[in-house]
Amino acid sequence: MKRHVELKNHQREIFYFRLRLMLSLGFVLVMLFILLLRFIYLQIIKHEYFQTLAESNRIAVVPVVPNRGLILDRNGVIMARNYSGYTLEIASRKVANLEATINELSTLVDIQPKDRKRFKKLLAESRNFDSLPIRNRLSDEEVARFASQRYRFPGVEIKARLFREYPYGEGTSHLIGYIGRINEKDVEQLEEDDTASNYLGSDYIGKTGIEQSYEKELHGTTGFEQVEVDAGGRAVRSLSRSAPLSGNNLILTLDAKLQDVAEQAFGKYRGALVAIDPTNGDILAFVSKPGYDPNLFIDGIDSENWDELNNSPDVPLNNRALRGQYPPGSTIKPFMALAGLYYQRSPSYSISDPGYYTLPGNRHQYRDWKQGGHGKVDMFKSIVISCDTYYYGLANELGIDKIHSYLSQFGFGKKTGVDMDGEVPGLLPSQEWKMKRHSQIWYPGDTVSAGIGQGYNLVTPLQLAAATATLANDGIAFKPHFVKQIQRPNDNSLVPEPKPILDMHINPENIDLVKRAMEAVTHPGGTAAGASAGAPYRMAGKTGTAQVIGMKQGEKYVENNVSEYNRDHAWFISFAPVEKPRIALAVLVENGGHGGTTAAPIARKVLDYYLLGKVPKPLEIVDEKESSEHD
Amino acid sequence: MIDTKQIQRRFMAHLDPVLLMAIGLLMLVSLILLYTASDGNWMRVLGQFTNILIAFAAMWVVANMPLHYLMRSAVPIYILGLVLLVCVALFGEISHGARRWLNIGIATIQPSELMKIAVPLMMAWYFEKHEATLTLKNYFIAALLLLIPVALITRQPDLGTSVLIGASGFFVLFLAGLSWRIILGMGVVAAASAPFVWSSLHDYQRHRVLMLLDPSQDALGKGYHTIQGMIAVGSGGILGKGYLNGTQTHLDFLPERTTDFIFAVYSEEFGFLGNIILLSMYIFVIGRGFVITANASTYFTRLMAGSITLTFFTYAFVNMGMVSGILPVVGVPLPLVSYGGTSMLTLLLGFGMLMSIHTHKQLVKT
Repeated sequence: MKRHVELKNHQREIFYFRLRLMLSLGFVLVMLFILLLRFIYLQIIKHEYFQTLAESNRIAVVPVVPNRGLILDRNGVIMARNYSGYTLEIASRKVANLEATINELSTLVDIQPKDRKRFKKLLAESRNFDSLPIRNRLSDEEVARFASQRYRFPGVEIKARLFREYPYGEGTSHLIGYIGRINEKDVEQLEEDDTASNYLGSDYIGKTGIEQSYEKELHGTTGFEQVEVDAGGRAVRSLSRSAPLSGNNLILTLDAKLQDVAEQAFGKYRGALVAIDPTNGDILAFVSKPGYDPNLFIDGIDSENWDELNNSPDVPLNNRALRGQYPPGSTIKPFMALAGLYYQRSPSYSISDPGYYTLPGNRHQYRDWKQGGHGKVDMFKSIVISCDTYYYGLANELGIDKIHSYLSQFGFGKKTGVDMDGEVPGLLPSQEWKMKRHSQIWYPGDTVSAGIGQGYNLVTPLQLAAATATLANDGIAFKPHFVKQIQRPNDNSLVPEPKPILDMHINPENIDLVKRAMEAVTHPGGTAAGASAGAPYRMAGKTGTAQVIGMKQGEKYVENNVSEYNRDHAWFISFAPVEKPRIALAVLVENGGHGGTTAAPIARKVLDYYLLGKVPKPLEIVDEKESSEHD
Repeated sequence: MIDTKQIQRRFMAHLDPVLLMAIGLLMLVSLILLYTASDGNWMRVLGQFTNILIAFAAMWVVANMPLHYLMRSAVPIYILGLVLLVCVALFGEISHGARRWLNIGIATIQPSELMKIAVPLMMAWYFEKHEATLTLKNYFIAALLLLIPVALITRQPDLGTSVLIGASGFFVLFLAGLSWRIILGMGVVAAASAPFVWSSLHDYQRHRVLMLLDPSQDALGKGYHTIQGMIAVGSGGILGKGYLNGTQTHLDFLPERTTDFIFAVYSEEFGFLGNIILLSMYIFVIGRGFVITANASTYFTRLMAGSITLTFFTYAFVNMGMVSGILPVVGVPLPLVSYGGTSMLTLLLGFGMLMSIHTHKQLVKT
């Protein structure tokens, strides 16, 4: 009985076991079917989607940065070039402990505290997680030392790169400018201009000077390479490539040697010089002293150098030639004379100069620079001896409206439109301007001051040089410009000759009178007597003084009583040869005192080199103590 | 005189030719795949071949072992495994944030692997012993025999192994006739305790579950494995990219290519058709396991064979499920294909038992 029951149980058990086994099999088949459905979904339905993902995993588009265009002077002398070198770069996102890594690196490669500071600054400013340079221009030995230890430094790489270099350094800093690493602000600008895609992969952009103004030409077109990459982002092989288009070379109107001569001629003086070919507007020299070494800025300037440049009382970062605004002083007189002649003042009309001028019905004395006056002064003499009293009267007679309308034809009070960013307009005052700016009416006294280039008048050295060039070219004006030709690949077309932007149609007799008077300025009896001594060509000029501090009525300016930075600025404008001017220039010497003493010799050296090819002796520096004569 | 035919017959006497063929095919796939997955590294292929030889020898020994040897070894092996697991918890070596290995002087061993065999063996032995008088209490004790090692392994933490062992033990309970009411009740309890389990999981385990829900959330971090695996499988398409031509594989995008994610390599290079072939091979092995189970003569062998077969299925399903993104990433290899000596050994020991169960029964009959 018991045995029977057990057997029955046994059979039932096997039955139930097999039932459960069948259920398990069913479960297995259902699960495998789900897996099969998943495969159908992934491999058939969504195949294209995953195919695309796999491809984009595999293929990376890498920008190929174009070579930046070179900058050459009019004779082919290189002023900005590229050279290849090695740089040590750290991809900070791949490095766990940046400080420790840099310390380690410094045992292999020379890393100065200023390199660290600069790297930190770059890190704070960098636009993304690019790798950033900790050291540039590694020596071959350093490259070898790092290469043997590179396995210790994941995220640190040596890269071969093209570096920008400015062989003339300080001498062309305000002219060529410099490139620097692209920062947030640059990115915004690029996005606004819709050119951001052309800068993928580019680290540098023109920041100032020609490098900035001609960025579009110099940069070139970025190429793209499709590469197969592995999961680590390393390129395995190249699939296709569209080559980059190198930036265009710029040929400047500048004469590098002339620039050098002009720069040297300043000696230790601060100031600016702009020389222009009056027949076409070519800028031949463009000096702003002091300059700075633009090479410091390329990879981010270190804070020590930056503080030094930024806090110097000489403000070396200020582009005086382009952006410095100074009262023109007596250099305005030839232009005033032309205005007078245009408005029918007779050249032979003369005044008897008592040494001061008073407005009718007013007792205020506008003093001439020479106590006791110049005696009988006509227009010719007024320029030669720079008679203030003559121009006080002339200005009052013309009135500010006529002065404004005539002088603005020479470009005073407005930008010259030169091909460099950041130009300022200077100031040619008018009744309207004064009302707008100072909410005051125009007083006759304002006109009197304007007549000798004081009062509200402001000019930039570039502006004054351009005006002088227009005068030298008999009133036919050209827009001053830096670039003579843009060398584009596969484009040999000649640059069109610059066209005049204005012909003032000055009466030849009038211009002849002013030019002769300006020539006399540089001869004995003139305010720049001796400036043309021994010159085999005919040289014209005009001195000027820009007051830095005002003088009270009756007070006399004595140079030695005034601290150096408060002394008058010296001006000299000049052109030569007088019969057919080939060069016109404006020189400003900050706190240089009298234009004939400090500024005219600089002009002479520039003219000598340009017209005669004569290089001044290095020791031939400006003699400061020659005279305290005032114009 | 003993002729070669007789030696051959003696050698094959306890091996199941059908199972052997199916296993052999999967091993061949493994060797072929390892060559492409390791970018043509013959050492990897050779290493796996050595693993196969060692595991094969172990299988032969177990297959030739009479069943009572197997039954007699159940308790000592289980106790040894448990002691080792406790030792791991106390003095185990930590690697990759988990305490799984034990240094026994001559080598480091992973006791949890031993438990993959020991736990179902112990439970089957226990049920066999109380076959005549099975009550609810026995199921409860059997469940304890399962839960203690599973808890220890989960703590290591080794989610993959504890899932596999938990499954193998559950299959024993299920086949031993655990009442439906309790199974249902367990399901309810599991659902109810899910929040507690969740809070006891390690951060990385939680991440893996979360990533399954939305892998793109952290495409370069925790979700990377899943996404790259799915891309490999999906981009394989119907016919695959061809042997040695998988871009995900050869450009380093796939993690763990020779081990846990080897199925992604296969799927990318052989496509949907290849997957169907591979699935068929697994179904064949599982099917043969079911036949052996159904014909097993004793309670112990039925439970053991069923558990081995279903655990093998679990291996395959969990691995393919995780690579194709329907299961979280747990460390479960693709059975018989992934590189690795331990898992190969454990699996073939199981198949050795299956063969022993099948052949010794026949010998008894004849």
